Parts: sequence; structure tokens; C-alpha cells
Amino acid sequence: METRLSNYYEKGIKYFFGLIAGTSILLLFLIFSLLFREGLGVFSNVGVMDFILGTRWLPVSETPFFGALPMIIGSIIVTLGAGMLAIPAGIGIAVYLAEVAPRSVREVAKAVIELLAGIPSVVYGFLGLTVLAPVIKDLLNLPSALTAFTAALVLAIMALPTVVSISEDALDAVPRDYREASLALGATKWETTVKIVLPSARSGLMAASMLGLGRAIGETMAVLMVAGNAMIIPHSIFDPVRTITASIAAEMGETVQGGLHYQALFGLGVVLFTITFVINLITDLIFTRTSSVKRGTSL
Amino acid sequence: MMNKRLKEKAGFGALAVLTFLAVVPVLAIIGYLVWQGWPALTWEFLTQPPRKFLTEGGIYPAIIGTLALTVGTIMVAMPLGIGTAIYLVEYAGENVFNKLIRIAIINLAGVPSVVYGLFGMGMFVLTLGLGRSLAAGALTLGILTLPIIISTAEEALLAVPDNYRYASLALGATKWQTVRRVVLPVALPAILTGTILGIGRAAGETAPIMFTAAVVYTPRLPDSIYDQVMALPYHLYAISTEVPNVSQHMAFGAALVLLAIVGAMNLVAVVIRTRMRLKRLR
Repeated sequence: METRLSNYYEKGIKYFFGLIAGTSILLLFLIFSLLFREGLGVFSNVGVMDFILGTRWLPVSETPFFGALPMIIGSIIVTLGAGMLAIPAGIGIAVYLAEVAPRSVREVAKAVIELLAGIPSVVYGFLGLTVLAPVIKDLLNLPSALTAFTAALVLAIMALPTVVSISEDALDAVPRDYREASLALGATKWETTVKIVLPSARSGLMAASMLGLGRAIGETMAVLMVAGNAMIIPHSIFDPVRTITASIAAEMGETVQGGLHYQALFGLGVVLFTITFVINLITDLIFTRTSSVKRGTSL
Repeated sequence: MMNKRLKEKAGFGALAVLTFLAVVPVLAIIGYLVWQGWPALTWEFLTQPPRKFLTEGGIYPAIIGTLALTVGTIMVAMPLGIGTAIYLVEYAGENVFNKLIRIAIINLAGVPSVVYGLFGMGMFVLTLGLGRSLAAGALTLGILTLPIIISTAEEALLAVPDNYRYASLALGATKWQTVRRVVLPVALPAILTGTILGIGRAAGETAPIMFTAAVVYTPRLPDSIYDQVMALPYHLYAISTEVPNVSQHMAFGAALVLLAIVGAMNLVAVVIRTRMRLKRLR
């Protein structure tokens, strides 16, 4: 009798934890459905194509326009710019740390990278605004340094810890035998690194790059503060831009619940959610193809 | 042969220089922040509310607001995160439900923080009618932190050797007794480390609280979870962009205090982790 009772008790506990774990599924579903519910109005009122490809964003004018293309392009330019800086630099640093750096340098560098990853994005934005932008302005002789270039630079610094730490894990996961076999055949360490280690770690390095890009495209405060926030399609990387994230953050305070502007910002949320979802999916495919690198959710 | 060696030296040398060039300027800028912010850190700055449209006085309500949000975030994220990890490691078998949970967690981890802000506003502020409040902000930040806490708690539980579990079960303990009395105590320091790191991340977030909890100015400290609050990250954003005529050193001071709070949390986590390692060595 008693054992049966405790059996029920044990079962109950199992279901209790199952219920808690199920919250994650519920939350993802709620985020997805709430964004769509609130954003649906703008897609039906403006039209999906006009919303995504429209070039004018005048949410509060007499006849409002809701064309998100300048922001979508802004987000893409800033993200790709950040990726072009952070991915080669991050992989290069990871190679140095994993293959050549002495143990002490490696330990210190890891601690520093962890520290940099923990700095809030608003602090990066503040430093970009007050320290970096004036320097860039003088250096490149620009009228204002609040441009896509500065935003990409700040985002690259922010994405660097992600790229470095995941790339390093990928390089660590390459079996030592590969290196030793190559060295035994007379290759130098450099040749081994370039021709053996890097190709073996390829998919892990790709995943690191994707996660870095994912981090950059979702970043809000830093780009809001340094990208210049001009609602135009930029002609060069030295033009001010406004990203999807920055628009949501900057305009949400002024909207009325249920109004078209409010719906349009949730519509932007849907676009952003979809982009990051796809990036995640690609990363995930890369990760499942190689189980050599464990997927972390934190960095 | 000489050529090969030269190439190797040049290649690795270039990478060392790259590492140096990437890390040193960033550290220098942070050093500059400390140097500029330090003089602003007076007793008044830390213990008084702001005056004259945020241009004078201190940041006390923002510090308290951020600490209150942090406590709320812990209360939301820690039970959910640790409970989920316990289920995944101790109870879950391989089935569709568990796969779905894992997919959900990975995707939650990839959702941008501003989207969490939108969700928190739509869900907690408006749909549930909590209004712009401590509660809505803490719930939003709690969900944002959840994936980090789950994954670190999961790692901590997986690191507990299976022998411990078998020994406990062999002595006649039930599954739950084993988890509660044997597995959790061993995993606890590592779980705490991960939780603190996650919470530290949440404490510095701005976008998720700017529509759910934070206001630019309120001299009042929160009395209940339904009050709106000032918060340090949002305060730093406001005084460096929206509010006119704020002196540089006030902004540097606020940035330094924010960095110190987040840094202190990270430090606590690192200390726990180091002590854990030393204990294991003994």
C-alpha cells in the first residue's frame, strides 16, 4: 500500500518537472503567436509586399507610409559589415589561442573574452557614442561618425567574444592525431593549421560565424545609439542607417495600442523573428551535421 | 626549408598581432571609462535621486530599480530553469516531447532582446494588464534569461557522475530522493554559477525593459511589484541620447556603476567556480 502511494508520488514529481520543462515550448509558441496577432493588422492593411519592399516609413504623417525596406537594408548592411570584421578576426584569434598561444596567455585571454561578453550592450553603445565616434569622425574626416560603419565596428566588437569562443571549441575538437600525422609527414605547424586543422573544423567555424551574425542582427541598444538613425536607403557604408531593432526600440514609446503604427512595429518584430529563426535553423543544421562541437546557448 | 619556417613565423606572428590589436584597444576604452567615471562616484551620486531633469544629483533610484528587477528575474528564471534542467537530465527519455523542448530552448536563446521587449509589452503590460511595472519587467527578463540558465544547469547536472545516482538507488532511495539529496547538492555550485552569469546578463539589458518596466524619471522607490521603476541601463541610454545638457561625467559615472554591478555578479560566479575547482582538487 505504502509503495503504491510513493509510486504515485514519484510519478507526480516526474509530471511536475515535465510540466515545468514544457513551459519553454509554451513560451516560444506564445511569442510567435503574440507577434503575429499584434502585427497581423499591418500586413493586411498595407500588404505584405508593400510592407517589406516599401521605401517610405512615415508612421505619423497625415497619410502614413509603412515601408520597411530602408530598415531591412540597414540591418543587413550593419550585420554584414560586423560579420566581415568579426568573423575573420574572431577565427584568427581563435587559431592563435588554440594552436600557438602559451597556456598562460590562453587562460588570461579566455577570462578577458568572458568579461567582454558580459558587458551590457548599452555600455558598448555609450562608449561607441562618446569615445569611438569622435575618433572615427576625425580620422576619416566625416561630417558625422554616426554611420553604418561605426555601428558595424561596435557590433563587430560585441560579436567577437561569441565568434572566438565557439571557434576555439571547434578547433579544440579537431583530434590531435590529425595534427600529429601531418607534422610527422614533415609539414610545418603553420601548414598543418591551414591545410588540416582549419578544414577539419570548418563546420564548427561556420556555426560560430552564424551565431556571431545572429547576435549582431538582433542587437538593439548599441546600433540605436551609434548608427545615426536616418530612415533612408544608404548609398555607402558611411551613411547613417536605421536598423529594424532600433526602429522598434525608438518608436514603441510613441504608439497607441492597436493603432497601425503599433501594429507596424510588431510587424517589424515578425520580420526580425523570422530572420533570426532562419539563421538559427541554418546554424542548427550545421551543428547536427557535426556533433563534434556542443551547442552553447549562453555566449 | 627556410622559406617554410619563415612563412610559419610570419603567419603565427600576424595572428598574435591581430589578437593584440583586437583586445588591447577594447580594454583601453574600458580603462578610459573607469578613469572618466571614477570622479563622479561620490556618496551623493550613489545615494540621492536625480535633480533638475537628470542633470544633477545621483542615480540611487536607478540602482535600486535595477537590483529589484534582478531579484524579480531570479525569482522567475531560477525555478523554471532549474526545474527544466532536472526534467531534461534526470527524467526525460528520448521522445518527441523532449526533442520539442530542446528545439524550443535553442530558438528562445536566439530571439533578439528587443523582440522579448515586444512580447513582454504585448503579453504582460497589455494583455495581462500588469502595466509598466516591476512585475512585467521581471517576467520579461526572466524569460530572456531562461535558456542560459537551463543550459548551464543541464551541464551542471550532467557533470554529476552516474555512480552517485546508482549508489543512492541501490540503497533503496527513490528517484526523487536521489535527485534531491544526492544529485542537486553536488550540482548546486555549478548551477549557481550559471544562474548568476545569466542574471548578470539580464541586469544590463535595456531593450526588454524600456517598454515593460523602466521610466526615464521617478524619484520614488518601488513599493510594490506593480510600480514602475528607474533602471540603470535605461537611465544610461536616456542621459546619453534623449535628455539634453547632461554632463559627460554623470554619464560616465552611471556607466561605471552599471559595469560594476554586472562585473560584481560575474566575479561572484567566478569565485564560486574557482572554489569548486579547488575543492575537487583536494
